[in-house]
Formats: sequence, C-alpha cells, structure tokens
Amino acid sequence: MATNTGGLSLTQQRQRAAFWFIAPMLAALFFVAAWPLIRTIWFSLTNTALSDLYGGEWIGFDNYLSLRILESGRWIWRGTLVDPAWWNAVWNTVRFAFVSVFFETVLGLIVALVLNAEFKGRGIVRAAILIPWAIPTIVSAKMWAWMLNDQFGIINDIMLNLGLIDQKIAWTASTETAMYAVLMVDIWKTTPFMALLILAGLQMVPRDIYEAAKLDGVNPVKVFFRITLPLIRPALAVAIIFRMLDALRIFDLVYVLTPNSAATKTMSVISRENMIDFDKFAYGAAQSTLLFAIIAVFVSLYIWLGKVDFSGEGQR
Amino acid sequence: MSGQKLLSTIGFYALVVVIVVFSVFPFYYAIVTSFTTGTDLFKINYWPRAFSWANYETVLGGRNFVRSIWNSVFIATTTVVFALFLAVTASYALARVRFRGRGLLLMMILAVSMFPQIAVLAGLFELVRFLGIFNTPWAMILSYVIFTLPFTVWVLTTFMRDLPVEIEEAAIVDGATPWIIITRVFMPLLWPALVTTGLLAFIGAWNEFLFALTFTSSETTRTVPVAIGLLSGASQQEIPWGPIMAASVIVTVPLIILVLIFQRKIVAGLTAGGVKG
Amino acid sequence: MTIMKGRALRATATAAMLAVFGAPVMAEELFYVSGAVGNAVENFKALVKPWEEATGNTVTLVPMPASTTDQFGQYRLWLAAGATDIDLYQTDVIWAPQLADHFVDLTEAAKDLIPQHFPSIIESQTVNGKLVALPIFTDAPALYYRTDLLEKHGKTPPKTWAELAETAKFIQDAERAEGAKDLWGFVWQGNAYEGLTCNALEWIKSYGGGQIVEPDGTISVNNENAVAALEMAKSWVGTISPDGVLAYQEEEARGVWQTGNAVFMRNWPYAYGLGNGDDSAVKGKFAVTTLPVGKEGDSSAATLGGWNVAVSKYSTKQEAAISLALYLAGPEAQKQRAIAESNLPTIIALYDDPDIAAAQPIIPQWKDVFLNAVPRPSAPTLGKYNEVSAKFWSAVHNTLSGKGSAAENLELLEVELTDIKGSGW
Repeated sequence: MATNTGGLSLTQQRQRAAFWFIAPMLAALFFVAAWPLIRTIWFSLTNTALSDLYGGEWIGFDNYLSLRILESGRWIWRGTLVDPAWWNAVWNTVRFAFVSVFFETVLGLIVALVLNAEFKGRGIVRAAILIPWAIPTIVSAKMWAWMLNDQFGIINDIMLNLGLIDQKIAWTASTETAMYAVLMVDIWKTTPFMALLILAGLQMVPRDIYEAAKLDGVNPVKVFFRITLPLIRPALAVAIIFRMLDALRIFDLVYVLTPNSAATKTMSVISRENMIDFDKFAYGAAQSTLLFAIIAVFVSLYIWLGKVDFSGEGQR
Repeated sequence: MSGQKLLSTIGFYALVVVIVVFSVFPFYYAIVTSFTTGTDLFKINYWPRAFSWANYETVLGGRNFVRSIWNSVFIATTTVVFALFLAVTASYALARVRFRGRGLLLMMILAVSMFPQIAVLAGLFELVRFLGIFNTPWAMILSYVIFTLPFTVWVLTTFMRDLPVEIEEAAIVDGATPWIIITRVFMPLLWPALVTTGLLAFIGAWNEFLFALTFTSSETTRTVPVAIGLLSGASQQEIPWGPIMAASVIVTVPLIILVLIFQRKIVAGLTAGGVKG
Repeated sequence: MTIMKGRALRATATAAMLAVFGAPVMAEELFYVSGAVGNAVENFKALVKPWEEATGNTVTLVPMPASTTDQFGQYRLWLAAGATDIDLYQTDVIWAPQLADHFVDLTEAAKDLIPQHFPSIIESQTVNGKLVALPIFTDAPALYYRTDLLEKHGKTPPKTWAELAETAKFIQDAERAEGAKDLWGFVWQGNAYEGLTCNALEWIKSYGGGQIVEPDGTISVNNENAVAALEMAKSWVGTISPDGVLAYQEEEARGVWQTGNAVFMRNWPYAYGLGNGDDSAVKGKFAVTTLPVGKEGDSSAATLGGWNVAVSKYSTKQEAAISLALYLAGPEAQKQRAIAESNLPTIIALYDDPDIAAAQPIIPQWKDVFLNAVPRPSAPTLGKYNEVSAKFWSAVHNTLSGKGSAAENLELLEVELTDIKGSGW
C-alpha cells in the first residue's frame, strides 16, 4: 500500500484523504437527516397510523388533496391543502415569522449601534443582552408564562400601574393577545442574537469612513442610511434569513406558552398535533413535508433574489 | 450646543438602561419568584420580600431532577464530542482540499441545518424504534446530530479556511499526512475555535425540547427541558410556579456563567456560523 | 460465599411468603404513570404499601403534568413505541376507545370486582366487549355557592341557569354597592381546552340539546337548544363573569373563588377540600349542589370525569401489573383514596361507608351529582374524539368571545364534524 500511495500525486493523495474525512460525516447526516426525511415523505403518501408504522398502505396524494363524490352527487375536496386549520397555521407561522424578524432586526440594529459606540460599561451591556439568548427556550417560555399570568402576572400589574390598560389581560389565553405574547417572548429572546450578528458586521466598517463623514458635517441619520446600512447589508441579509428559517419552524415556545390556542398554532405545532395527539399520523407527516417544502422554496427564492453568498468563498 | 450634547448623552444612557433592564428583568423576576413560597406567590413582588430555599429543596430533593441534569450533561457532552470529532476532519477536507462539488457539498450541509425538526420527527421516531434505543440517551444523541453536526462543520470550515497556508505547506514539505496535519499542526491553532463551537453546540443540545419530549418515556431518562416542561403540581389543576422558577434558575445559571466567560469567543463563533446555537 | 448464602436464604424466605399470599413468584418492580401528583405522590406510597407488602413487588410512580391533553399525546407515543418501561397507565375516562389496542383485556381478571362498580363507569371503559381499564375514582363537577351571601340576600340555591344568572347579578350588584369591588357572580372554565368541552356539554345537555355526538354516532350538536345554551353562556361573559373567564381553567376559577370574590363557581370536587383549607377566605362559607338546568323539568348534567388504571400490553410483568390494577380498583384502595384525597369512589357500597362519611362528609352527598353525569362523546367517536373535542371547544370559545353567533358557529361545527366523521367514526 505504501508504495502505491507513493505513486499518487500529492493532490490525489489529499483528495483521497479528504474523501475518507468527509465520508463519516456524510453517513451520519444521511442517517439522521436524509433518511428520516425520506421516510416522512413516504409516510405522507400512505395511511400509516402511529401505532402501526409498517402497516400503512400507499394512498398517493390523498393526504394532501383528494376528491370524494358523495352519494348525493356532491363533490367534496379533502386533505391538508383544503384544510382551514392548516391554512390558519400557515398564516400564523408566516405572520409570526415576518413580524418577529422585522422587530428583531430593527431592535437588533439599535442594540448593535449602541454596542458599537464607545462608552463606559459596554462590557456589562453586552453581557446583559447575552442572558436572554442563553436561557433555554422552555425556561423562557415558562418565565414569561408566569409574568404574563392574568391574575398574578407582573406584566399586567406594571401596565395597570402605568395606566396602559384598565383591566387585567389574559395574554396567553385570549385569542386577540396570544400572538402578541408569543411575539413578545420571541423578540425578547432572539434580539440579542440579531444584535450580535449585526454588530459583527458593523465592526467591519472602517472607522475612517465615519470620521470623513463627520468632517463633512453629514447628518448622522444620513450617514446611517447612506453608508452604514449598505455596508452591513450582507451581514444583515444572512442574519435575517437564518432568523426567518428559525421562525418558520418555531415549535417549543408556542407549545409551552399557548398549547391549544388556534390563534398561535404554527405549522410545526399542528403537524405534531396531528401526528401524535390526533390519530392522523400520515396526515401530520404530510403537513411536515409541506413545511419542509415551504422552507426549501423560501431558501431558494432568497438565495436567488438576494444573491446571498453562503459558501463564503466569494470573499476569498 | 453643549446642552444638546448633554441631552443626547442622557438619551443614549437612557437607551442603554432600557436595553439592560429589558434583557435582565425576566430572569431577575424568575429569581425573585424562586425564593417565594405559599400565598406570597400570588402577590406581586418587584423586590425580593421573602428569602426561602424551599422551592429549591422541592426541586432538588424531589423526584429525579438531579438525574435529569446529569442526563442533559451526558447527552450534550457526548453529542458535542461526537460532532466535533466528525466535524474537525470533515471541515479540514472542506476547507483545505480542492475537489469538485465542494461548494455544493457545503450548501447541502447548510441545508440540513435548516431542516425543520418536525419534518424528520416521524422518520426519526421509526429509526429510534428500529434501533431499539427509544427512551435511552442514545436516541437524543443520535437525533441531535442533525443540528449540531452541520453547525460545527460549517463554523470550523470557516475557521480553518482562515488559517495561514504557509504552516500547512511547510508540514507537507516535511512529508506530513493530512491526519498528522490535522492533529499535530492545526489542532493547537484550532482549539479556541473548538471550544467556542463546542460550547454553542452544547447549548443547542442542552436546550433542545421536541426530540427529547418525543423519545423519552420514563422519568429517569428525561432531560432538563423536558423535566421542566413536565414539572407538575400538587393536584391535577395546580401549576407549581415556585418550583418551576427554581428549576429554571438552576439550569440557567451555569449556562449564563459559561456564556459570560466565553462571551467574546461566542460572538466570534456566532458570526462565523451565522447559525443560532 | 456468605453473601450468596444470605441471598439464597432471603430468596427462599420471600418465596415462602409469596406462596402464602399466592402472588407471583418473582418480586417485580413496576412503573405506574399518572398525572395526579404532589400530595398524591405522598399518598401513592401509602396507598400501594399494603399491596407491596402482600406481594413483595414494588411500584414506582412516574409523574406527568396536569394537562390531560399533554399526557394523552405522550402516552399514545410511548404505547406506539411499544415502551416496556411503563407497566400501568392511569387513564382519563375519555381515553379508553382511543388507546384500547394497547391495553390488556381485564374482563377475566376483574370478573369478581366488576359487579361492585357502577355499571355506567365500567361500560365507559369497555370497548367492543374488551375491558380496557378499571376505574379507580370518578369525578363530576358541581355548583359551588356561598351560603353566607345567599343567606344575606335572601336567595336560595338556583335550580335553573336563568335563576343562577339572576341571583348572581343581584348579589354582585348589591355587594359591589357595598364596596366589594372585585366580586363576580359566577366563575367557570372558559379557556379553549378540554375543560371548556366539559362546561359547554353541561350547558347544552341541561338545555335538552343532546351531547354533541349521540351514542349511536349521529352528530346532534347543531340544534336550537344548543344554540340557546351557548347564547346564554355568552351573555354571562362581562356581566356576571369576568371577561378573563375566557382564559380560566380550573385553577384560575378556584383562585377567584377561594379569595372570596365569586358567588358561584362550577368546579370539580378537589376544590372542596382546598376551599375549606386554613388559608381560604371562604372556609365554612360555602356548599355545593347539582348544576342548574335549562328550564323546569330538564335534568341537570355534570360531565363525567374520572380516572382509571390500565395495564400495558407491552409490559413484561403483566401478571404483577394486573394484580396491582385489581388492587387499585378494589374497595380497600378506593376507600383509602376517598379518605386521604377526597376522590369519589366508583364502588357503590363505599357511599354508605361510615368511615368515609365521617372523614369526607361531602362524598355521600356527591353521589347524586355524578349519578346525573353525562359522558363526553368519546365512545361513539372512537379514535377521533380528541379532534372532535378540539373542534367543539374552538366553536364554543369563538362564540363566547364574540366571533360569530352561536347558530353560525354550530352550523360550521356540524360541517366540520361531518368531515371528520367521514364514512363513519
């Protein structure tokens, strides 16, 4: 063997080694990601039940859409694609994703700009904003559920004292406010992450640009929109898409904070509900497949439209 | 002019205070609550009024919470070690060796990290059952690979790409094989990156909920988030806020300490990965 | 060597002991999963102790969160995974049809025990002739009322819902005029969850509006009486009940009640013991009665609750598990539970038991309440009950919060239920 490798060119030898270095990782990813995904898609095309995973029969796309003609001659469309509960979940998820990411970006920008300035105690502020990020989602959901409690919650108390509301609000249970509650917690928890990503982008902006602008007496707001924002656009774009994808698949926060509210049920939550709580395993699998498809389309669109460079090779 | 400047300084610091208060208050309030017991719980306290360890005693003394902490430590550590081992070699190949389809491969790995967990839940459940590891730590270790591995590979690849070419070239001239290069030459340079990625992956695994909820059935195998999620009260209809807050504080304090110690490195890691840890 | 000898000796002793009790020869360690925990955990040890001593087996309780819906999802998952780690499940009265396939048929084993129980409860746990679970205690809500306030204002406990609303309004207005600003007339459970299904079923049934899906599988929910019942409930919100009632589960209702801020409350028996606790503002100032009816001549309806014990098909220690199930459903354990936890027994004779009557005087009284109990439509809807219930509570919650009228929402609900039903439940 030793003589053999000796005959190979250095590049070939390196490529061969590279193959063996990558193979175990790819195998692992295949087992935990690709194969389960294929199985989920397969389940979605059958009538499999949770209690009998191998007893499913192929039913084509019936879980997605099927037409039944009743005896009375009436036509009835059935399946996820005509299920109002599913579309409600899609709407909830999309709304949640856009609103939360919007606020997280704006607030993140503000926090990042603050952190980018030189001032005493900057280290403390940076440490403080890392706290929400470090707290497990379940824990933050529980903490906020307690603070948002309608009877004994501190949020109602603060708002009553400030005169913002005149009656205690049942944040997590009332259909009007449940989504606000989820948004509030998510924004609280994820803004730090956004801020740090944006901050990294900000720190790459050369200081002398600002100095020059200052000398020319350009309005700081103008500087921000004309100079800073275009320069950090790539960092911002990457941060936004990652947050967006995270927001589209949100599960644990909603599951713990507002378990049964139709006003906040997201795609992940409704899929799990169908798979496990209701006796519709294959139907839930169809919904998770759709979620996957939606995210895939979203990513492709974004890459295509935004020409975002993920590989990082463009910089070299 | 100077009045205006003073005003803007005050405004700036006011903003800073608002940011800090918003970030820290919920955790502060959880701590206050965790020291409160009985009917005091149902009075709103802005400041700690009583100071009682009772909730902590309930949590730590009661049913298996300590066990859950060890489960989480074991699962998260094993996951991280496993992911780092696979990732170091793979990212060396991805960062340092030119071959066809490298960009595509990187994209695929990144795509995996964007998988919605729910999309693989059904398939993973079947796999876990098939392997006979339902309700064991291995079910979680296996399933956590799906988000820790792409992340670690991605971040380490970025780090390695930035290591100077000269070092490697010198090693190659000395006749070092790729394995030697990784273990002898790169590892010493890479360890700060490994610590950061490892920590971020650890936090990810420590916080995971959906898989842990789905793949455990007995109380002794629960991880910390599941244990907190399923912490139950004294009667069917009672929610034990005091102990829940105590448990939350217990599991969060170590994380916060870790994060504060490594904060600079974490920021660097997050930026390199662009992935939520 | 000595260790081995000692172990052998002990084994023989145990075997001899077991032979006496006629129990399984091996000492087993069983796992029992249940949602009722906390002080129930403490009591559980005492509860199973006689059985543990008699058989040499041990039982470990695996506690689960209070929410029935959460428990159910987990149990279904574990059973689907064929988990061998849990031997016995404590099941809600509505689960039997949905989980029947995973549990052992107890008909044979419990044939001596069955006749002692209320037949209706045994029936609720029987699916296609298979006895899925044995009842260990039952549950039925009642109307709690403040004796002091009713007396003060010269009112009697209401017989109809209209009377209840009127009395509640009267006392609420009068008391508020005297300065009790936070007082409300009536608190109940209006959150969107299984509890709302229970509440709404009671209104509809007591109005003569059927029980959502009838035992023969017909969807009956869209009818005039049901519409009237929901419109009535809607009229309470913001008048005699706080707006927040739409977010209340049992604990929130009890919170308002126990601080002395409600005249009436609809709740389960557990609130009785707690309401008479030392830190309760209403201690000794309240009583319970059956829930009101729609109009004179209708019969009161309380939703049947209650818990049962089922033996997992996947348990490797079935013999011991069945023995434990029989013990927990038997008179000895039920009596202990009744006295220690004020759980309602399912064994008829225990309602005349002097010890229970002495320790928990409320229990014999409650017999009337739960004899009127209506089951939720879990039997006819089989595996689809959870979905049916979720649709139902959503429709009711929408009505109560003013999204559409009762008539509109029930019409829509009928369509949705018909869809879920498909060609048959």
